[in-house]
Amino acid sequence: MPNEILVSPDSLTQYKASVTLVSFGGIILSAPRVGLFVTCLVDLYRPNVGFAAIKLLEQSGCEVIVPEAQTCCGQPAFNSGDRASTQIIAQQVIETFESFDYVVLPSGSCAGMLHAHYAELFAVDSDWRKRAEAFSHRCYELNAFLVDVMHFQPETIQFKRKVTYHDACSGLRELGIEAQPRQLLDSVNGISLVEMDEKEVCCGFGGTFCVKYPDISDRMVGDKAAMVVQTGADVLLGGDMGCLLNISGKLSRSGKTVRVYHVAEVLAGQIEDAGIGSADGSGSEPAIDDIDSLPERKESNT
Amino acid sequence: MKAQSLQFKRNASDALHDENLKLAMSFAKTGFIGKRAAAVAAVPQWQTIRDEARELKNHVLDNLDHYLLAYEEAVIRNGGTVHWAQDGEEAAKIIVDLCTQANAKTVAKGKSMVGEEASINEALEEAGIEPIETDLGEYIIQLAKEPPSHIIAPAVHKTKEQVSELFHEHHQQYGRQEKITDRAALVHEARVILREKFRHADVGITGANFLVAETGQHVLVTNEGNGDLSSILPRTQIVIAGIEKVVPNLNDASCLLRMLARSATGQHFSNYTSVMGGPKKAEDTDGPDAFHVVLVDNHRTDMLAGDLKEMLRCFRCGACMNHCPVYGAVGGHAYGWVYPGPMGSVLTPVMVGIEKAPDLPHACTLNGRCAEVCPMSIPLPSLLRRHRQTTFEKQLQSAHSRYGLKVWAFFAKRPIVYRTLTGLSVRFLKLIGGRRGYLKRLPLAGGWTKGRNLPVPQHAQTFMALYRKQQS
Repeated sequence: MPNEILVSPDSLTQYKASVTLVSFGGIILSAPRVGLFVTCLVDLYRPNVGFAAIKLLEQSGCEVIVPEAQTCCGQPAFNSGDRASTQIIAQQVIETFESFDYVVLPSGSCAGMLHAHYAELFAVDSDWRKRAEAFSHRCYELNAFLVDVMHFQPETIQFKRKVTYHDACSGLRELGIEAQPRQLLDSVNGISLVEMDEKEVCCGFGGTFCVKYPDISDRMVGDKAAMVVQTGADVLLGGDMGCLLNISGKLSRSGKTVRVYHVAEVLAGQIEDAGIGSADGSGSEPAIDDIDSLPERKESNT
Repeated sequence: MKAQSLQFKRNASDALHDENLKLAMSFAKTGFIGKRAAAVAAVPQWQTIRDEARELKNHVLDNLDHYLLAYEEAVIRNGGTVHWAQDGEEAAKIIVDLCTQANAKTVAKGKSMVGEEASINEALEEAGIEPIETDLGEYIIQLAKEPPSHIIAPAVHKTKEQVSELFHEHHQQYGRQEKITDRAALVHEARVILREKFRHADVGITGANFLVAETGQHVLVTNEGNGDLSSILPRTQIVIAGIEKVVPNLNDASCLLRMLARSATGQHFSNYTSVMGGPKKAEDTDGPDAFHVVLVDNHRTDMLAGDLKEMLRCFRCGACMNHCPVYGAVGGHAYGWVYPGPMGSVLTPVMVGIEKAPDLPHACTLNGRCAEVCPMSIPLPSLLRRHRQTTFEKQLQSAHSRYGLKVWAFFAKRPIVYRTLTGLSVRFLKLIGGRRGYLKRLPLAGGWTKGRNLPVPQHAQTFMALYRKQQS
């Protein structure tokens, strides 16, 4: 268990322990009712990921419901120190989702927020604390849920590409998600996965960080994009839209043609031509390798 | 050292454009990270030692008064004196007074981070006493008149070429006209010059890695042996340490020592690990005539009483900064005070006041790698979030970001209004950027689009809108 540091060891054990709730020895006893929290970035930027998640969850034997009252998990407020707003949003999420057997999110960062941080928002022994604790243990990141709870094997899919995988930090360190997406990708026909150097290093997104410290964030994503390119992969996959928007934006600005997808899109066989941050699938205009020498364009898009 | 942390953003921006810094940091990064990983992997029971160390430190912190008094008693038994300092200023005053009483002209100093907290060098210089840094890194930055940029490798931001220039400029007074560039030759030159200074120093000042309550001894870890020379040769020895450095006995010190060098430099053990204490006794062949310890609080008891207590487990190995991508990008000086990187962003706001360092807790992506490698299992991201809460409550962040957060929270709390707004936003973004799939520029997103494109939404409708349509 190398990555347990951010959550208490107890919490991670419980995360693993609740795996046995409705599955017994790999046999699913009844179709679990899953509430899908699509997350704000998938809702806004990549509806395809939401639909892919529904497809995968249904294929694995779940009944999927997408509650209307969802907005955001509260991370922007939580990580900015606004505890009062975070509490209100957390209560809203708990009320919306607590009737489901499981809550699944196509993001390690948002799943980490629900799983590892909701309880600490409320005073010890308060009713909300108890509700949050009971709730948190049923919240999962999509890949982890499919593998650890549903023991899911994706249907036969072809994807003849050389890919590399970016582990988002919250999923990696708060929930220990590393093997699950790789295990799922392993059953995709024709795919070859090349790991990048320094793969455990942050891409520089960091939620509000990239807005507050754009220069530092830009340096970090520049380093990350270079590592992606170095693998020679033509596709970058990941499980978190924040990182993927960030890295794809850097790749396309530097004229790289690496396509970027959420891993769920590949696993569900729902690959659209256009990757994240591109319209035609090429990911960029004609190659401009030197980022600093980008021509200033008068006819701005805006 | 006066805190410059209010200028973090400007310092960081300057640092990002410093090519020498970029080069120096890239060497440091690969060295520290790889060596630590190999050293830790070679110890199968690493996690067990780590758990033991955490419990040990927690026990000490829960009984800190007891162990500090026991340590003082043992030091007195050994013939030494313990002085208690409320803050850095008081510590510096005690040290200047001790040096003055010893009629000191020059002082040989081993590297001490709490000494930096107390600005000992400035205080000594003001009193007309010359402090000589004897750690090679500290010596280099003393010549350059710069503060340290790393807690164990203070000159990590300097390239070999910069050091060569510095030595050439400052060593001509010792008759060394030739400019040397070879790494080993540079080290040798510093060694020869420093050796003379050790012999003439009247007082030696060092820090301590551990204070042993049972025996009144302290443990000093160095790679250059300069701490030992600074301790043994001068007539008067002064040890300065933070109050959290105390451990019950030598066994406990050895538990922590198993992790210190491995986490810091990837060595199994540092070149010199010395246990000493008290003045020279009749049967000793060498040692000082007088021995003093200055124990410094400087807001450590505030941490002990508050919700940052876990930070007091820190034994200053530097692993958190070595693995921090923000530190790796901007270097240590950008943080503006003694302690940089993740541990600095927790400590600086406590020690200099959060009003003077409101940016530091926010200059972090909360990626958690620091906590993952911290041998003392300090939950650094959680501690930084606690500081962020304080900056929010005291309204220390820019009006711009506070307003943005307020607007966002207003919508996030109201799902129906939120749907309307997100629907309009994706339609707008798709309209202006849909042709390419990304935007090169967008008002209010200039920070993002300066160096990278902003992807536009896949559809002109949100997932929730499309899903609703599909369902009906």
